[in-house]
Amino acid sequence: MRLSGAKAIVESLKSEKVEVIFGIPGGMTIPLYDAFYDSDLRHILTRHEQCAAHMADGYARVKGVPGVCTATSGPGATNLVTGIAVAYMDSSPIVAITGQVPRAMIGKDAFQEADIVGITNPITKYSFQITSASQIPDTVKTAFLLASTNRRGPVLIDVPKDVFSEEVDLDSAEKLNIKGYTVRSGEPHPYSIKKALGLIMGSERPVIIAGGGVITSNGSAELVKFAELIMAPVATTLMGKGAIPETHPLSIGMLGMHGKGECNMTVESADLIIAIGMRFSDRSTGNLENFGESAKVIHIDIDPAEIGKNVRVDVPIVADAKKTLAILVSKLSEVGSKRGENEWTKKLRELKAHYSSNYREADGGLRPAKLMKLLRDAIPGSAIVTTGVGQNQMWAALHFQVLEPKTFITSGGLGAMGFGLPASIGAKVASPERPVFNIDGDGGFIMTEQDLATAVMEDIPTVSIIMNNRVLGMVRQWQCMFCNKRYSETDLGKVPDFVKLAEAYGAEGIRIESYKDFETAVKRSLKAEVPVVIDVPISADEKVLPMVPPGKRLKEVIWYG
Amino acid sequence: MDEGLHIISAIVEDRPGVLFKVTSLIRRRGFNIATITVGSTEKEKVSRITMTMGGDVRIVEQLIKQLSKIPDVVKITELTPTESVYRELAIVKVSAQDQAKRSDILNYITIFRGRVIDASKDSLIIEIVGSPNKINAFLDLMKSFGIAELARTGMVALARGTKSMDD
Repeated sequence: MRLSGAKAIVESLKSEKVEVIFGIPGGMTIPLYDAFYDSDLRHILTRHEQCAAHMADGYARVKGVPGVCTATSGPGATNLVTGIAVAYMDSSPIVAITGQVPRAMIGKDAFQEADIVGITNPITKYSFQITSASQIPDTVKTAFLLASTNRRGPVLIDVPKDVFSEEVDLDSAEKLNIKGYTVRSGEPHPYSIKKALGLIMGSERPVIIAGGGVITSNGSAELVKFAELIMAPVATTLMGKGAIPETHPLSIGMLGMHGKGECNMTVESADLIIAIGMRFSDRSTGNLENFGESAKVIHIDIDPAEIGKNVRVDVPIVADAKKTLAILVSKLSEVGSKRGENEWTKKLRELKAHYSSNYREADGGLRPAKLMKLLRDAIPGSAIVTTGVGQNQMWAALHFQVLEPKTFITSGGLGAMGFGLPASIGAKVASPERPVFNIDGDGGFIMTEQDLATAVMEDIPTVSIIMNNRVLGMVRQWQCMFCNKRYSETDLGKVPDFVKLAEAYGAEGIRIESYKDFETAVKRSLKAEVPVVIDVPISADEKVLPMVPPGKRLKEVIWYG
Repeated sequence: MDEGLHIISAIVEDRPGVLFKVTSLIRRRGFNIATITVGSTEKEKVSRITMTMGGDVRIVEQLIKQLSKIPDVVKITELTPTESVYRELAIVKVSAQDQAKRSDILNYITIFRGRVIDASKDSLIIEIVGSPNKINAFLDLMKSFGIAELARTGMVALARGTKSMDD
């Protein structure tokens, strides 16, 4: 069958079962969009390419399959970069298709030319540039394979304009044959399992640190069984939030710089750390010199390069989290080693009781912790929450209890403000039947707020809760704590009237003044048929606490700012 | 023996941009390599990249793990100095105006098994092949005569024995 390069892309996307594409057309992708015109692929026209990438990312994280975004050459492609970098840092599978100037003009500094393959090389699993239409079918196939297997991540395909128009014979198309990439079985090595079991049986104070890998491998049920068998408390990284229901007695919440006190103290006192699908980020470990100094470490990760990168490991297991947990559970059940309540679990309960009293609910104004608890109570457990970055994100991480995997979507590694709204749109497209809430800050919301227009146009009713402190709160908090209150350029002054702003886009805006208003607004928004923006005024002096200052060890926690 | 020397040999697919992907990763992750060379191999569309670096084995291990994630890198391994042969080539232009100095230089060339590949009234260009240590020792000697210019290829290496890395 002979068809144009552009149609070949559409056909290839369909054979990868793609249903939706987020993007904006431009000069170099006109032939591609002409092919979209006749196809039954859903195209969501965004208002900024960065948002197209974040939407594809949000979609991918909820649905577990690659999200697809597209942009034209030059500025369109460079606008994708932040979104691709977010997906790379958080191992999220997206496939980005960019237009490029015609082959004969590449390297001549043509209008809207940018070396997007060079630019995105360090933030993708692979960046392809197609040089002949006959490469299209296998390149698209390979891109989806790379994005969705082993440690997942973004892949970019750059297509020169004249390649879209070139004819390709699908039956004799080129084969890529990427020899240096094999899809891992994910099965752990029996010897590592044996060694891990030895350490587990010999430990008195085991702790599990679950990362995003547990969630992407769909290993939550196995994780909970494993934890219950060995009575190990489960800490999560930011990306691992939702790996275990946070109401579970063994859940101790997030660890790290803004980790819960009981969580950081538990990890500090453990004699065995079982790290699963996580990469020992500096935000999770605090000072690496002292991290886990009294503990042995078992590290389970699908990416061999993560083993030993930041932390010395006693038992490395390069494998899939779910498969490894399932084997550990069955081996432990075979030997009938189920632990009961013991000294360690008793200490855990004490720590929890001790530290829960440290979270103060001061008077006056609306307090983030209470707002998060009210939100949790008002929405179903299956509701999806996305976040911005900064204080709003950390309040959500600390105080919003996540009950199910893949319901907490956040820019963990890159920390890109502006992620919340577009990610919520992508999440809602992936799962239209569930409510989607974006917990955001006023600073971050403004960075991508134009895509409210997309949400309104495409009937994607997500809800943004803006923790409105009229400052760049996290930086201001550091300035308060470490720069002697010299608030350099963190005051946003007169932020827009978010109610009017929402209304200008055809969304609904609600300003609240009390906890009661907040609950009413959240409940009302659950039934809304248009996107909703809830403006929540809070004090500029609210801080995220506790906090481990950068470079300090996990137990050196600041409790009061 | 070249102490603390790590030789990393990678079999890569000969596609546009492969060298860029490899060097970009080395830069991005802050690895500090001493030399890098690329050339064709016995197989079509397959190149070999040879790198050398000093430093901690953990860093070398991490570099190898990171590079092996690049889909174009088919195989990558460390070659230990004891179990491999490795060579570098240098060409060096040395000033040799006076007759006595010139004969000293020629003596050293004989000792180091180098070759004169070009000569002018005032200078010689010398080719020398060997391990980095041998080349450094020779260059140290040449410094006293005055090195006008120097070019080094970086190292190439193969494992000893019959086995091929690509097997």
